[in-house]
Amino acid sequence: MARGESWFREKILMGMDGRSYLRSLLTPFNLLVAAILAVGVPVIVYRFTSGLAATTRLSQVQPWGLWIGFDMMTGIVLAAGGFTIGAAVHLFGMHEYRPIVRPAILTAFLGYLLAVFGLLTDLGKPWNIVMAIRYQGSASALFEVAWCVMMYTTVLLLEFLLPAFEWLGWRRAHETLMRSMLGLTVLSVVFSTMHQSALGSLFLIAPAKLHPLWYSPYIFIFFFVSAIAAGVSMLVLEGTLSHRIFRHRITGSEPDVEKLQLGLGKAGAIVLFAYFFLKLQGVAEGRHWDLLFTGWGAWFLLEIVGFVLVPSLLYGYGARHGKVGFVRAGAIVAVLGIVLNRLNVSIIAYNWNRPDHYVPSWMEVVVSLTLVTMGVAAFRWIANRMPILSEDARFAVEPDEGRAPEKDRAGLLSPLTERDREERTLPRAAAGR
Amino acid sequence: MKLSRRRFLGVAGFTGAAALGTAGRARAVSADARGENECAMLVDTTLCAGCRGCEAACAEVNALATPDPDVAIIKARRETGPETFTVVNGFEAAGAHGEDRFAKRQCMHCIAPACASACPVRALDKQPGGPVVYRGERCMGCRYCMVACPFEIPKYQYDRLAPLVRKCTFCAKRQAEGKKPACAEVCPTGALAFGKRGPLLELAKGRVYRNPEKYVHHVYGEHEAGGTDWLYISDVPFERLAMPSVRDEAYPDKVLGALGAPPFVMTLWPPLLMGVYAFSRRRDEVARAAGASRAPANECDGDADAGGRHG
Repeated sequence: MARGESWFREKILMGMDGRSYLRSLLTPFNLLVAAILAVGVPVIVYRFTSGLAATTRLSQVQPWGLWIGFDMMTGIVLAAGGFTIGAAVHLFGMHEYRPIVRPAILTAFLGYLLAVFGLLTDLGKPWNIVMAIRYQGSASALFEVAWCVMMYTTVLLLEFLLPAFEWLGWRRAHETLMRSMLGLTVLSVVFSTMHQSALGSLFLIAPAKLHPLWYSPYIFIFFFVSAIAAGVSMLVLEGTLSHRIFRHRITGSEPDVEKLQLGLGKAGAIVLFAYFFLKLQGVAEGRHWDLLFTGWGAWFLLEIVGFVLVPSLLYGYGARHGKVGFVRAGAIVAVLGIVLNRLNVSIIAYNWNRPDHYVPSWMEVVVSLTLVTMGVAAFRWIANRMPILSEDARFAVEPDEGRAPEKDRAGLLSPLTERDREERTLPRAAAGR
Repeated sequence: MKLSRRRFLGVAGFTGAAALGTAGRARAVSADARGENECAMLVDTTLCAGCRGCEAACAEVNALATPDPDVAIIKARRETGPETFTVVNGFEAAGAHGEDRFAKRQCMHCIAPACASACPVRALDKQPGGPVVYRGERCMGCRYCMVACPFEIPKYQYDRLAPLVRKCTFCAKRQAEGKKPACAEVCPTGALAFGKRGPLLELAKGRVYRNPEKYVHHVYGEHEAGGTDWLYISDVPFERLAMPSVRDEAYPDKVLGALGAPPFVMTLWPPLLMGVYAFSRRRDEVARAAGASRAPANECDGDADAGGRHG
C-alpha cells in the first residue's frame, strides 16, 4: 500500500504530497485550460446527446465542416513533424537533431489522437468506425486515409511508449521496443506518405465543388509536400516553445536549439520553395491563369505568396545569415499558411459557387478549441513527468543499435540492477528503509 | 546494428506483401461497362403533366412523410431530402410553345457511382441490376458520399442520434420481385418508361431523331457522370429545367491515379529508406574509425545484431 502511494506521489504528483500538488495546479495556464474545458466538455456531451443538427451548421450541401476541415485535415498535417524528424534522425543519420525527436513524436501522437477524436465527434454513427475493417471500400480515398491513420497512430503509440517505459522503468519492454525502432520509423514514413497525400485525394472526386485554383489532379502531391513543410515548421515551433517552457526537464547537456532551428530553417526554405512552384504548376496545368485575376484568385495568391513564398524567404534569409528570429517568424507564417490551405480546400473554397456559404457554429469552434487545449495540456502533463525533453541516461542505447549491448544485458555495465530499479521507482520507500 | 539481410527482407517483405494486397483492388468494373442490361428509366419531360403522383407513390412505398398536397408547391424549386426521395419541380412556360414543363429529380443511379466508390465501408453499393443501394447498418456517417455525388443526391438525417444517409433506392426490393419502381407504376402519362438501359436509350434517341424540331438533341444521362440509369429527354435545354450540368466522365476514375500510388509507396519506400539508412550508418562507421585512434568507441559496434537475434 505504502509502496503504491509513494509510486503515485513520485510519478504522478512529481514528488509532492497531495495538498502541495493541488496548490501547484493553481497557475494561469491551468485556469485557462479549466475554463475552456468547462465550456467545451459539456458541448461535446451535448453533441452526443442531441445530435449534429443541434450543434453544427452542417447542411445537405455542406456535409463537412470545421471538425473535418480543422480537427482532421489540419490536425494530421501539423503532426507531420513526427515522421519527418524520425526519418531524418533514425534513417538519414542526422543525429544532431536527436534532442527534438521525442517532443515531435509526442506532438504527433497527441495530434493524431485528437484528429481521431474530432473525427468520432463528426461521424454520425462513430461506433460503426470498426466497419472499415470488415467491409473494405478499397476504391475510396477515405478508406486509405482511415487505414493509414489507424496504422500510423499505432506506430506513434509504440514510438511514444519508449519514453513511457523509461518513466516506468520497464527495461525489458524498452529494449524490445528499441529493437524495432528502425522498422517503426520506416513504417511511419510509408504510412505518412500514403495518408498525408490521400487526405488531398479525398477531393479528387469533387471537381465541381472545389474551386479550380485549389482543385488539381496533383492535389495529393501538394498535400504530401506541404505536410513535410508543415512538419519542419512545427519542429521549429516545438523546439522554440518546448525547450523554453520545459527547460527544467532537460537533463545532461542542453542542446543548442538555435543551431537546430537554423538547420531546420534551411530545410523549410527548400521545401516551401518547391511547394510554391508546385502550386504554380497546378495553375499552369489547369490553365487557370485568368482565374488569378478574380476575387478567389487574390485569395489564392495571398495563400501561396503570403503564406508559402514569404515564409520560404524568411527561412532562407534566417538560415543564411544565422538569424534565428527570421526562422521562427517563418515557421509561424508557414504553419498558418498550411492551416489556411487545408481550410481553403475543405471549407472555404469548397462550394465556392454557392451563395449560402457554410460558417461554423460557435459550438463547432468550441469543440475544436477544446480538443486543441486537451492536446496542449496532455503534452504538458507528459513532458513534466516522462523523459521527453531529454532521454533517460540510464537507458542510453544508440537508437540505431536497436538493442542494448550484450554485456550490458548481462548487467555488467548497466548501473540498473534489480535493486536499483526498485530504488529508482520507489525512492522514498527505499530511503525510509 | 548493421542492416542485416534478415531485417531488410523482413521490413521490405512485409510492406511489399501488403502492397500486393492493395494493388489492383481499386478496379471493380462490371462487365457491363455501358450498363446496357441494367434496369433504367427514361423520363420524357415533354409528357410529364406535373401531377406529382410519383411523389406520393414513392412516399408510400418507402414509408416517407406524405408530400404536401398544395398544388402551388410545384412552382417552388425543391430538392430531395432525407424524407423526400423524389420531387417534381415545375417550370412555368418553359416549353417550346410556352407550356409548363416539369422535371422529376431523384437519384440518377450512375453506372459507376461516385458515392459507392467513395464509401469506405461499401454501405452504398451498386447492384449489378442497376440500383445503387444503401446498407445503413454498416454506415459510419462520414458523409463522404455527399461530397462525392455530383448530383447532390445523398441526404443526411442530421437531426437523428443514429442518422442514416437517405436517397431513392430505385425500388430495388420491388425490382427484385419483378415489379416496376413505384413512381413508374403510377405515372399516368407515360413520362416514365422503365426497362433495360440499352433499349431505353434506343427509344430515347428514336424519339429525338424522329422529332428533331421538337426535342433537344441530347439524352441527359447517356454520358453524364459516365452514364446513368436514369435518362432524360426534353424539348428545352436541360439547364432551364435546373438539371445540374455534370461532366461526362465516370467520377470514380478521377481517384484511380492517386489510389494507384500506395502499392508503389509500399514497395519502393522501405528498400529506399533502408538503403539510405545503411549508407548513413556506413558513413558514421567510417567517421568513427577515423576518430578511433583518439578515443575507442564505447558502443557495441553493432556486431551483436548482424547475425540474427539469438545467434
